[in-house]
Amino acid sequence: MADLIKRTAAELADLLAAGEVSSVEVTQAHLDRIAAVDGAVHAFLEVDVEGALRTAADVDARRAAGDTLPPLAGVPIAVKDVFVTKGIVTTCGSKILEGWVPPYDSTVVHRLRAAGLPILGKTNMDEFAMGSSTEHSAYGPTHNPWDLDRIPGGSGGGSSAAVAAYEAPLAVGTDTGGSIRQPGAVTGTVGVKPTYGGVSRYGMIALASSLDQAGPVTRTVLDAALLHETIAGHDPRDSTSIDAPVPPVVEAVRNADLSGLRVGVVRELGGEGYQPGVEARFDDALKLITSAGAEIVEVSCPHFTYGLATYYLILPGEASSNLARFDAMRYGLRIFPDGVAEPTAEQVMSATREAGFGQEVKRRIILGTYALSSGYWDAYYGSAQKVRTLIRRDFDTAFEQVDVLVSPTAPTTAFPIGAKIDDPLAMYLNDIATIPASLAGMPGLSLPSGLADEDGLPAGIQVLAPAMADDRLYRVAAALEAILVEQWGGPLLAQAPELEVAR
Amino acid sequence: MPEISRDDVAHLASLARIDLTDEELDHLAPQLAVILESVAKVSEVAAADVPPTSHAVPLSNVYRADELRPGLTPEEALAGAPEVEQQRFAVPRILGEEA
Repeated sequence: MADLIKRTAAELADLLAAGEVSSVEVTQAHLDRIAAVDGAVHAFLEVDVEGALRTAADVDARRAAGDTLPPLAGVPIAVKDVFVTKGIVTTCGSKILEGWVPPYDSTVVHRLRAAGLPILGKTNMDEFAMGSSTEHSAYGPTHNPWDLDRIPGGSGGGSSAAVAAYEAPLAVGTDTGGSIRQPGAVTGTVGVKPTYGGVSRYGMIALASSLDQAGPVTRTVLDAALLHETIAGHDPRDSTSIDAPVPPVVEAVRNADLSGLRVGVVRELGGEGYQPGVEARFDDALKLITSAGAEIVEVSCPHFTYGLATYYLILPGEASSNLARFDAMRYGLRIFPDGVAEPTAEQVMSATREAGFGQEVKRRIILGTYALSSGYWDAYYGSAQKVRTLIRRDFDTAFEQVDVLVSPTAPTTAFPIGAKIDDPLAMYLNDIATIPASLAGMPGLSLPSGLADEDGLPAGIQVLAPAMADDRLYRVAAALEAILVEQWGGPLLAQAPELEVAR
Repeated sequence: MPEISRDDVAHLASLARIDLTDEELDHLAPQLAVILESVAKVSEVAAADVPPTSHAVPLSNVYRADELRPGLTPEEALAGAPEVEQQRFAVPRILGEEA
């Protein structure tokens, strides 16, 4: 069947259910695509050909036997390397975990396996999810399929690039400050950060535990909803997992409608620092939302301007503590210091962490150690926790006036690889619009808004909703997506240049 | 205005158990000073009467029943260890010379 790789996950699921195509065929088509283009894109750190085909054959056999299968059974998926996978190397983009094969599955991966999704492999990411460009991966950067000299966003640039390059119809990512949404925006794909606690963190290598949240990385809003319902839901193995029904996100897509909705535009998430082409596509989207019957309301969230500063105190604090587990004792790298005859455990630990961690990880561990030091705690970490309260209150006030909030997802389109690699503050600004929802635990979704006039690269629009109202994201995004796709005459990704295929 | 010197960074690195090289210290210290100056703005609005938020959503601790359930086998738990001896993690000596 021609062009299986360009089908959406929902279409593939229908073809599989109707018996028009087998999971082995679909999975093989994607493995072939990976072999053809991943040399140039580098979305994958590990490809599990055998495991993916084994799952596919198993699903085909069960379907042939007449078993009732979950909706996405047989549709292959790519998994960000932050999720531990039993029997598949998991590095989190770091040298300190090079070659590590976990002895257990994360809950997200367990649910994907239970739902019959063949796992194509593990996707590239900034080391320990610290970054906005995937350039901080210890295994080299991922390239944006729209322009291979540019970044695919981060930290989940491998997942976003994999779906944008048709190497996988679906992927999972994690979003701590924007690592699903910002890569979605710069690659013309869809990314969702569910409400904090909506998807289990069990077996997700922790960056900042009070912020980390897993979610779907896809090409369409419906695909994201189908994947959302596959991975979400209460897990007793994660103490922060929400013990309540998953919001009906697939139903929200099917009943997408903007009429009568109040849509808030956050005054603080725009203007200075935002690329004109990104703002132009955002303004166009607002017009479409209005013409579809929604009311646009300008709202102010004054403390959002402190979001970046708050985030870069809370995140390094939590990360410096979480990354203490990489101590060279139970798993991972062990390096002995030079010129020490009988080194102590502490010396081995220090030599290992020096050799195994990259620059950005070291920067953030040192920053976090400083922010948590006695004498500085009140001024830094303590203040940041207070501002976190103020940001949450801004959201509460805004959601008294409107049903959802919208903003550009990222301030710019994809920038050239290398442009910001040694300028941490410039790099951190990529997440300026995504961070507030992370700090407040609110769900957020990014979908393509069009191409920026000045560079012809994709821009994204972000939709935010109150906690546990994830279905509102899907209702708005699916309605807007339908209007945009009609206007473009097809998906935005159809306008991306064809990748050169290796033989 | 926050100050962070090269010596401060060296001390923090030793607390965090990272043997930074001299070149890294030269490079990181000024970068950290710039980042700290930028994040210090949180104190502008963090008034005394604002309660802190440690988690995005209100949480209370949860417990599970104290019941046996499957876990890792010793072989699985040790599979990724840098060194294993007699079904145990083998580690470098814990005490220094002077101890």
